[in-house]
Amino acid sequence: KKSRSGIMKKIGKAVAGKDTVDAAVLDELEEILITSDVGVSTTIEIIDRIEARVAKDKYLNSDELQRILREEIIGLLKDHNPDKPAEFDAEFPQKPHIVMVVGVNGVGKTTSIGKLAHLYKKAGKKVMLGAADTFRAAAVDQLKIWSERADVPIIQQGQNADPAAVAYDTVESANAKQADVALVDTAGRLHNKKSLMEELAKIKRVMGKVVDGAPHEVLLVLDASTGQNAMQQARAFTDFVDITGLILTKLDGTAKGGIVIGVSNELDVPVKYIGVGEEIEDLQVFDRELFVNSMFAD
Amino acid sequence: MFQDLSSKLDSAFQKLKGESKITDVNIAETVREIRRALLDADVNYEVAKEFTNKVKERAMGEDVLTAVNPGQQFTKIVHDELTNILGQERVDISVAHTPPTVILIAGLQGSGKTTFSSKLARYLKEENNRSPIMAAADVYRPAAIDQLKTLGDSIDVPVYSIDQQDAVRAAKEAVSMAKSLALDTVIIDTAGRMHVDEEMMDEVADIKEAVEPDETLFVVDSMTGQDAVNTAKEFNETINYDGVVLTKLDGDTRGGAALSIKNVVQKPIKFVSTGEQLDALAPFYPERMSQRILGMGDVVSLVEKA
Ligand SMILES: Nc1nc2c(ncn2[C@@H]2O[C@H](COP(=O)(O)OP(=O)(O)OP(=O)(O)O)[C@@H](O)[C@H]2O)c(=O)[nH]1
Ligand SMILES: Nc1nc2c(ncn2[C@@H]2O[C@H](COP(=O)(O)OP(=O)(O)OP(=O)(O)O)[C@@H](O)[C@H]2O)c(=O)[nH]1
Ligand SMILES: [Mg+2]
Ligand SMILES: [Mg+2]
Repeated sequence: KKSRSGIMKKIGKAVAGKDTVDAAVLDELEEILITSDVGVSTTIEIIDRIEARVAKDKYLNSDELQRILREEIIGLLKDHNPDKPAEFDAEFPQKPHIVMVVGVNGVGKTTSIGKLAHLYKKAGKKVMLGAADTFRAAAVDQLKIWSERADVPIIQQGQNADPAAVAYDTVESANAKQADVALVDTAGRLHNKKSLMEELAKIKRVMGKVVDGAPHEVLLVLDASTGQNAMQQARAFTDFVDITGLILTKLDGTAKGGIVIGVSNELDVPVKYIGVGEEIEDLQVFDRELFVNSMFAD
Repeated sequence: MFQDLSSKLDSAFQKLKGESKITDVNIAETVREIRRALLDADVNYEVAKEFTNKVKERAMGEDVLTAVNPGQQFTKIVHDELTNILGQERVDISVAHTPPTVILIAGLQGSGKTTFSSKLARYLKEENNRSPIMAAADVYRPAAIDQLKTLGDSIDVPVYSIDQQDAVRAAKEAVSMAKSLALDTVIIDTAGRMHVDEEMMDEVADIKEAVEPDETLFVVDSMTGQDAVNTAKEFNETINYDGVVLTKLDGDTRGGAALSIKNVVQKPIKFVSTGEQLDALAPFYPERMSQRILGMGDVVSLVEKA
């Protein structure tokens, strides 16, 4: 098996002192990007950028070239937005800070909310959960268990209740009880199901009726093992609920999650968190450098 | 809805008009388009490479260029070749000589195992007059047992669960329970697990050894990308499954993972799951799948008309 980290060295060697990048090396780079689920068009964009820079800054050495490759990929990943902090101990611009979590089925929405609740609580925040997935079997029970694990209150109306009503209640309660942050879970739905997406838009809308600007964050959860369909997911969710950030889950497997590069770039939203396991601590603030390095690690 | 690949191929062929035979030189661009279509559909990088080489070889012999629409003609070759790989006679799930038939369900987290277990139970009950019981062998995920019980209740299928965190025991006892209740089918829902998690992979191997299932199914999300080959291979090495279940095909994914998996493990795709409702289960049609991967709607009928 070819070594992924070896490619960085090779790319450096292949161009050092030249003004073009060797085709065989570009092929290898392409293979790494494609097999990381970066996708054909984003891969072509990255390769074009590298070639353009090599043609401009002639006679780069191998270290410089490796740096450029990292820079170009990192450049496609949007940075965190200062008024929507990702760090758990950061001050929120307004209180309560309402976060709505959305995504297709089974990607890790509920689990990520459990982890976020725990990490916010650990950082000293007053947290509240809203069980607005009233559809999937035992979804409320699942979030309830996470609320117990994280030791934070949960607003629920049980199975089959109106999800918009639960979301409304959650925001109202977070406001009344002066919570710092409220995390609202929603049912998984495929982005091509119009009525379900409209329902999601409605859930979002009602929250704004209680607290100005709520939800302040709409986080789309993407499963790292998802391929090119994640792009369609991101576009559709943005159309209906205007996502403001991404959570990339299940990075503890072998999937690289490269699709977030194209998604972050095209939709101009940052990746905020990554999920790296099923335990309550298994969530981290996204780090662009680490992410790109891990794409090139074996 | 005649789209994507064949129109791209048509334009690639425009450049070749006047040449009467395909050679590997003049075909390069066409092959690149096919490869790209496959990669866009999440077909694994290596598998796409191998596949385009095969298509190229086959096309070389044929007078594609003299056809009215060489793009369509070429697309048909690709389609046939895809269907060939994906396709097989329908393979049913195995039935035990002496009941109960034991069916083990495994896969990654969130792929749709619990939902599929219930769909299969419903299907076997309604369509095949069988009397299933489901075993709750996911002893980890919060509310996994509640989920299975809720689903079981909705289709009137009993669920066997225990309070201890012992998946092997839950599975084994469910089989004994089936025997004592004279139920003819046991469907074992297991926890989602990562193929790189040794402890959890050992657990599912232990379950398999303990209950000796007649059928083991690997459940995979049809939206999976390049990593599908790794997970399919690892699970196959651990539990040597009999078939694959593709879930969430009600989305708009091209589903290239199906081709990748078929190619690396050579196991039949037995069911597709197409919704959250428990009746959203269908047999696998290789023909439809290959059209889906190519994103070409009803290209075949168009080719036939041409
Ligand atoms: N290995 C791993 N598993 C994860 C991660 N995040 C979530 N999971 C698992 O993925 C499965 C699905 O997670 P959920 O949180 O239920 O996903 P969801 O998006 O809420 O699912 P629905 O509500 O059914 O749409 C569960 O088995 C989780 O334990 C992660 O980062 N790594
Ligand atoms: N749209 C759609 N959703 C599905 C399908 N199959 C399962 N789901 C949904 O996907 C999510 C995960 O399904 P589960 O059956 O809980 O998946 P699982 O593999 O048991 O998950 P874990 O036990 O956490 O590993 C749920 O929201 C299901 O409703 C399908 O074919 N189509
Ligand atoms: Mg959920
Ligand atoms: Mg399950």
